Amino acid sequence: MVVFEKPKSLADVPLHYCPGCTHGIIHRLVAEVIDELGIEGKTIGVAPVGCSVMAYDYFNCDMVEAAHGRAPAVATGLKRSDPENHIVFTYQGDGDLASIGMAETVHSAARNENITVIFVNNAIYGMTGGQMAPTSLPGQVTQTSPYGRDTDHCGFPIKVCEMLSQLDGPEYLERVSVNNVKNIKAAKKAIKKAFENQINGKGFSLVEVVSTCPTNWGLTPVKALEWLEEKMLPYYPLGVYKDRSAQKEGE
Amino acid sequence: MAKVSFRTDFCKGCGLCVEACPKKILILAKDKINKKGHHPVEMTDQEKCIGCAFCATMCPDCIITVER
Repeated sequence: MVVFEKPKSLADVPLHYCPGCTHGIIHRLVAEVIDELGIEGKTIGVAPVGCSVMAYDYFNCDMVEAAHGRAPAVATGLKRSDPENHIVFTYQGDGDLASIGMAETVHSAARNENITVIFVNNAIYGMTGGQMAPTSLPGQVTQTSPYGRDTDHCGFPIKVCEMLSQLDGPEYLERVSVNNVKNIKAAKKAIKKAFENQINGKGFSLVEVVSTCPTNWGLTPVKALEWLEEKMLPYYPLGVYKDRSAQKEGE
Repeated sequence: MAKVSFRTDFCKGCGLCVEACPKKILILAKDKINKKGHHPVEMTDQEKCIGCAFCATMCPDCIITVER
Protein backbone atom coordinates (compact mmCIF):
# COMPACT_ATOMS: atom_id res chain seq x y z
CA MET A 1 0.00 0.00 0.00
CA VAL A 2 1.38 3.38 -0.95
CA VAL A 3 1.38 5.70 2.06
CA PHE A 4 3.10 8.64 0.42
CA GLU A 5 3.58 9.69 -3.19
CA LYS A 6 3.69 12.80 -5.29
CA PRO A 7 0.18 14.35 -5.51
CA LYS A 8 -1.48 14.30 -8.94
CA SER A 9 -1.99 18.07 -8.98
CA LEU A 10 1.77 18.61 -8.83
CA ALA A 11 3.43 18.40 -12.25
CA ASP A 12 6.05 15.73 -12.75
CA VAL A 13 8.96 18.10 -13.34
CA PRO A 14 11.97 19.07 -11.20
CA LEU A 15 11.37 22.29 -9.23
CA HIS A 16 13.79 25.14 -9.90
CA TYR A 17 14.05 26.10 -6.21
CA CYS A 18 17.37 25.99 -4.33
CA PRO A 19 18.17 22.85 -2.32
CA GLY A 20 16.17 22.78 0.90
CA CYS A 21 13.82 25.62 -0.08
CA THR A 22 10.49 25.05 1.63
CA HIS A 23 8.53 26.36 -1.35
CA GLY A 24 8.56 22.75 -2.56
CA ILE A 25 6.85 21.55 0.63
CA ILE A 26 4.20 24.28 0.40
CA HIS A 27 3.56 23.53 -3.30
CA ARG A 28 3.03 19.91 -2.38
CA LEU A 29 0.62 20.76 0.46
CA VAL A 30 -1.50 22.90 -1.88
CA ALA A 31 -1.49 20.13 -4.50
CA GLU A 32 -2.45 17.51 -1.91
CA VAL A 33 -5.37 19.65 -0.74
CA ILE A 34 -6.56 20.17 -4.35
CA ASP A 35 -6.41 16.39 -4.85
CA GLU A 36 -8.23 15.61 -1.61
CA LEU A 37 -11.03 18.08 -2.27
CA GLY A 38 -11.34 16.86 -5.89
CA ILE A 39 -11.34 20.38 -7.30
CA GLU A 40 -8.50 20.03 -9.81
CA GLY A 41 -10.78 20.68 -12.80
CA LYS A 42 -12.12 23.99 -11.54
CA THR A 43 -9.18 25.41 -9.64
CA ILE A 44 -7.36 28.45 -11.00
CA GLY A 45 -4.12 29.50 -9.36
CA VAL A 46 -2.59 32.94 -9.56
CA ALA A 47 1.21 32.99 -9.53
CA PRO A 48 3.15 35.97 -8.11
CA VAL A 49 6.42 37.61 -8.96
CA GLY A 50 9.31 36.35 -6.89
CA CYS A 51 10.93 32.94 -6.46
CA SER A 52 7.59 31.23 -6.98
CA VAL A 53 6.97 33.10 -10.24
CA MET A 54 7.19 29.81 -12.11
CA ALA A 55 4.57 28.13 -9.93
CA TYR A 56 2.43 28.02 -13.08
CA ASP A 57 4.70 25.26 -14.39
CA TYR A 58 4.29 23.15 -11.28
CA PHE A 59 0.56 22.89 -10.67
CA ASN A 60 -1.62 20.74 -12.92
CA CYS A 61 -4.48 23.22 -12.79
CA ASP A 62 -5.11 26.40 -14.74
CA MET A 63 -2.70 29.14 -13.72
CA VAL A 64 -2.52 32.87 -14.37
CA GLU A 65 0.55 35.03 -13.86
CA ALA A 66 -0.20 38.36 -12.20
CA ALA A 67 1.83 41.58 -12.22
CA HIS A 68 3.97 42.05 -9.13
CA GLY A 69 1.74 42.04 -6.04
CA ARG A 70 -1.51 42.12 -8.00
CA ALA A 71 -2.45 38.47 -7.53
CA PRO A 72 -5.44 39.20 -5.19
CA ALA A 73 -6.80 41.70 -7.74
CA VAL A 74 -6.49 39.18 -10.58
CA ALA A 75 -8.00 36.50 -8.34
CA THR A 76 -10.92 38.82 -7.56
CA GLY A 77 -11.71 39.10 -11.26
CA LEU A 78 -11.39 35.37 -11.85
CA LYS A 79 -13.64 34.57 -8.90
CA ARG A 80 -16.31 37.15 -9.66
CA SER A 81 -16.52 36.14 -13.33
CA ASP A 82 -17.90 32.73 -12.36
CA PRO A 83 -18.23 32.36 -8.58
CA GLU A 84 -19.99 28.98 -8.81
CA ASN A 85 -17.41 27.17 -10.90
CA HIS A 86 -14.10 28.79 -10.10
CA ILE A 87 -11.96 27.95 -7.09
CA VAL A 88 -9.26 30.60 -7.07
CA PHE A 89 -6.10 30.65 -5.01
CA THR A 90 -3.10 32.94 -5.05
CA TYR A 91 0.39 31.87 -4.07
CA GLN A 92 2.53 34.82 -2.99
CA GLY A 93 5.79 35.56 -1.27
CA ASP A 94 6.46 38.30 1.25
CA GLY A 95 8.12 40.65 -1.23
CA ASP A 96 5.02 40.32 -3.38
CA LEU A 97 2.17 40.34 -0.86
CA ALA A 98 3.56 42.44 1.98
CA SER A 99 5.38 45.04 -0.09
CA ILE A 100 4.20 46.06 -3.54
CA GLY A 101 0.93 44.14 -3.24
CA MET A 102 -0.08 45.41 0.20
CA ALA A 103 -2.96 47.54 -1.13
CA GLU A 104 -4.47 44.66 -3.10
CA THR A 105 -4.09 42.34 -0.13
CA VAL A 106 -5.67 44.67 2.41
CA HIS A 107 -8.55 45.67 0.15
CA SER A 108 -9.41 42.15 -0.97
CA ALA A 109 -9.41 41.17 2.72
CA ALA A 110 -11.57 44.17 3.62
CA ARG A 111 -14.05 43.26 0.85
CA ASN A 112 -14.02 39.67 2.12
CA GLU A 113 -13.40 38.50 -1.41
CA ASN A 114 -14.11 34.76 -1.65
CA ILE A 115 -10.55 33.66 -2.51
CA THR A 116 -7.76 31.68 -0.87
CA VAL A 117 -4.36 33.31 -0.36
CA ILE A 118 -1.23 31.29 0.41
CA PHE A 119 1.35 33.73 1.78
CA VAL A 120 4.91 32.45 2.04
CA ASN A 121 6.92 34.53 4.49
CA ASN A 122 10.67 33.93 4.49
CA ALA A 123 11.73 37.41 5.69
CA ILE A 124 13.83 38.22 2.63
CA TYR A 125 13.63 38.93 -1.11
CA GLY A 126 14.81 35.58 -2.47
CA MET A 127 14.71 35.85 -6.23
CA THR A 128 16.45 39.20 -6.54
CA GLY A 129 19.35 38.10 -4.38
CA GLY A 130 18.57 38.54 -0.70
CA GLN A 131 17.57 42.16 -0.15
CA MET A 132 15.73 43.36 2.97
CA ALA A 133 11.98 42.69 2.78
CA PRO A 134 9.14 44.34 4.73
CA THR A 135 9.11 41.17 6.85
CA SER A 136 12.88 41.04 7.59
CA LEU A 137 13.49 40.78 11.33
CA PRO A 138 15.08 43.63 13.34
CA GLY A 139 18.83 43.10 13.22
CA GLN A 140 18.63 40.63 10.34
CA VAL A 141 21.61 40.80 7.99
CA THR A 142 20.64 41.02 4.32
CA GLN A 143 22.29 42.34 1.16
CA THR A 144 20.81 45.80 1.73
CA SER A 145 21.22 45.78 5.52
CA PRO A 146 24.77 44.41 5.93
CA TYR A 147 24.95 45.61 9.57
CA GLY A 148 21.53 44.18 10.39
CA ARG A 149 18.12 45.80 9.96
CA ASP A 150 18.23 49.09 11.82
CA THR A 151 14.69 49.81 13.03
CA ASP A 152 15.44 53.54 13.51
CA HIS A 153 16.23 53.79 9.84
CA CYS A 154 14.14 51.04 8.20
CA GLY A 155 11.22 50.68 10.57
CA PHE A 156 9.75 47.46 11.84
CA PRO A 157 8.61 44.27 10.10
CA ILE A 158 4.97 43.99 9.07
CA LYS A 159 2.99 41.24 10.76
CA VAL A 160 0.42 40.58 8.07
CA CYS A 161 -1.90 38.23 9.98
CA GLU A 162 -2.06 40.52 13.03
CA MET A 163 -2.67 43.54 10.83
CA LEU A 164 -5.44 41.97 8.75
CA SER A 165 -7.10 40.54 11.86
CA GLN A 166 -8.00 44.13 12.82
CA LEU A 167 -10.30 44.30 9.78
CA ASP A 168 -13.90 43.13 10.02
CA GLY A 169 -13.74 41.66 6.50
CA PRO A 170 -11.58 38.54 6.39
CA GLU A 171 -13.06 35.16 7.22
CA TYR A 172 -9.99 33.19 8.18
CA LEU A 173 -6.38 34.09 8.98
CA GLU A 174 -3.84 31.61 10.25
CA ARG A 175 -0.07 31.54 10.54
CA VAL A 176 1.62 28.16 10.18
CA SER A 177 5.15 26.92 9.54
CA VAL A 178 6.85 24.02 7.77
CA ASN A 179 9.92 23.58 9.96
CA ASN A 180 9.06 20.07 11.14
CA VAL A 181 6.68 17.22 10.38
CA LYS A 182 4.18 18.28 13.03
CA ASN A 183 3.99 21.84 11.71
CA ILE A 184 3.73 20.60 8.12
CA LYS A 185 0.66 18.54 9.10
CA ALA A 186 -0.86 21.60 10.80
CA ALA A 187 -0.05 23.71 7.74
CA LYS A 188 -1.87 21.27 5.49
CA LYS A 189 -4.91 21.39 7.75
CA ALA A 190 -4.93 25.19 7.59
CA ILE A 191 -4.58 25.24 3.79
CA LYS A 192 -7.39 22.70 3.50
CA LYS A 193 -9.61 24.82 5.68
CA ALA A 194 -8.81 27.90 3.57
CA PHE A 195 -9.96 26.06 0.44
CA GLU A 196 -13.05 24.64 2.16
CA ASN A 197 -14.03 28.14 3.27
CA GLN A 198 -13.98 29.22 -0.34
CA ILE A 199 -16.03 26.20 -1.48
CA ASN A 200 -18.58 27.00 1.24
CA GLY A 201 -18.71 30.64 0.13
CA LYS A 202 -17.41 32.02 3.42
CA GLY A 203 -14.91 34.51 2.06
CA PHE A 204 -11.31 35.66 2.29
CA SER A 205 -8.94 33.09 3.76
CA LEU A 206 -5.24 33.74 4.15
CA VAL A 207 -2.69 31.20 5.35
CA GLU A 208 0.72 32.67 6.17
CA VAL A 209 3.44 30.03 5.98
CA VAL A 210 6.66 30.93 7.79
CA SER A 211 9.31 29.59 5.47
CA THR A 212 13.07 29.51 4.90
CA CYS A 213 15.53 30.87 2.36
CA PRO A 214 18.74 28.89 3.01
CA THR A 215 20.63 30.46 0.09
CA ASN A 216 20.06 34.10 0.99
CA TRP A 217 20.19 33.57 4.72
CA GLY A 218 23.61 32.00 4.10
CA LEU A 219 22.80 28.82 6.00
CA THR A 220 22.52 25.13 5.20
CA PRO A 221 18.93 23.88 4.75
CA VAL A 222 18.98 22.16 8.15
CA LYS A 223 20.50 25.19 9.92
CA ALA A 224 17.93 27.42 8.18
CA LEU A 225 15.09 25.44 9.77
CA GLU A 226 16.77 25.90 13.16
CA TRP A 227 17.15 29.65 12.53
CA LEU A 228 13.47 29.82 11.60
CA GLU A 229 12.50 28.18 14.87
CA GLU A 230 14.85 30.29 17.01
CA LYS A 231 14.48 33.70 15.39
CA MET A 232 11.35 33.86 13.28
CA LEU A 233 8.77 31.98 15.32
CA PRO A 234 9.15 34.21 18.42
CA TYR A 235 8.53 37.25 16.19
CA TYR A 236 5.84 35.62 14.07
CA PRO A 237 3.88 33.45 16.54
CA LEU A 238 1.90 30.62 14.95
CA GLY A 239 -1.83 30.35 15.42
CA VAL A 240 -5.29 31.28 14.20
CA TYR A 241 -5.68 35.07 14.06
CA LYS A 242 -9.23 35.17 12.83
CA ASP A 243 -11.91 32.58 12.23
CA ARG A 244 -15.25 34.33 11.91
CA SER A 245 -17.36 31.19 11.56
CA ALA A 246 -15.86 29.69 14.73
CA GLN A 247 -16.45 33.01 16.55
CA LYS A 248 -20.10 33.01 15.50
CA GLU A 249 -20.59 29.44 16.67
CA GLY A 250 -18.99 30.36 19.98
CA GLU A 251 -21.38 33.23 20.61
CA MET B 1 7.61 -4.28 5.54
CA ALA B 2 8.07 -0.65 4.67
CA LYS B 3 9.62 0.21 1.35
CA VAL B 4 11.00 3.62 0.45
CA SER B 5 12.03 4.56 -3.06
CA PHE B 6 13.81 7.71 -4.23
CA ARG B 7 13.92 9.48 -7.58
CA THR B 8 17.57 10.30 -7.11
CA ASP B 9 17.78 12.31 -10.35
CA PHE B 10 15.52 14.94 -8.76
CA CYS B 11 17.37 14.97 -5.40
CA LYS B 12 19.14 18.22 -4.49
CA GLY B 13 20.97 16.81 -1.50
CA CYS B 14 19.48 19.28 0.99
CA GLY B 15 19.49 16.70 3.78
CA LEU B 16 16.13 17.60 5.32
CA CYS B 17 14.99 13.95 5.05
CA VAL B 18 18.22 12.76 6.71
CA GLU B 19 17.47 15.08 9.63
CA ALA B 20 13.80 14.06 9.86
CA CYS B 21 14.33 10.28 9.85
CA PRO B 22 13.64 8.94 13.38
CA LYS B 23 15.66 5.78 12.71
CA LYS B 24 18.62 7.70 11.25
CA ILE B 25 18.97 5.31 8.34
CA LEU B 26 19.22 7.91 5.56
CA ILE B 27 22.51 9.45 4.40
CA LEU B 28 23.69 11.67 1.58
CA ALA B 29 25.84 9.41 -0.59
CA LYS B 30 29.18 11.20 -0.66
CA ASP B 31 30.55 8.79 -3.27
CA LYS B 32 27.76 9.44 -5.78
CA ILE B 33 26.77 12.43 -7.88
CA ASN B 34 23.41 12.67 -9.66
CA LYS B 35 22.50 14.44 -12.91
CA LYS B 36 22.08 17.75 -11.10
CA GLY B 37 25.50 17.46 -9.50
CA HIS B 38 24.32 16.83 -5.94
CA HIS B 39 25.07 14.00 -3.55
CA PRO B 40 21.74 12.15 -3.56
CA VAL B 41 20.01 10.60 -0.57
CA GLU B 42 20.52 6.91 0.08
CA MET B 43 18.94 4.29 2.33
CA THR B 44 21.46 2.44 4.49
CA ASP B 45 19.25 -0.15 6.15
CA GLN B 46 15.84 -0.87 4.60
CA GLU B 47 15.12 -3.45 7.30
CA LYS B 48 14.98 -0.79 10.02
CA CYS B 49 12.53 1.44 8.13
CA ILE B 50 9.17 1.82 9.86
CA GLY B 51 7.43 3.56 6.95
CA CYS B 52 6.55 6.71 8.93
CA ALA B 53 6.99 8.87 5.78
CA PHE B 54 8.63 11.68 7.79
CA CYS B 55 11.36 11.85 5.12
CA ALA B 56 8.79 12.20 2.35
CA THR B 57 6.85 14.83 4.33
CA MET B 58 9.99 16.96 4.71
CA CYS B 59 11.25 16.48 1.14
CA PRO B 60 10.83 19.79 -0.75
CA ASP B 61 11.25 18.08 -4.11
CA CYS B 62 8.79 15.26 -3.60
CA ILE B 63 11.20 12.55 -4.70
CA ILE B 64 10.26 9.99 -2.04
CA THR B 65 7.55 7.34 -2.33
CA VAL B 66 6.73 5.31 0.76
CA GLU B 67 4.95 1.96 0.72
CA ARG B 68 3.97 -0.19 3.64
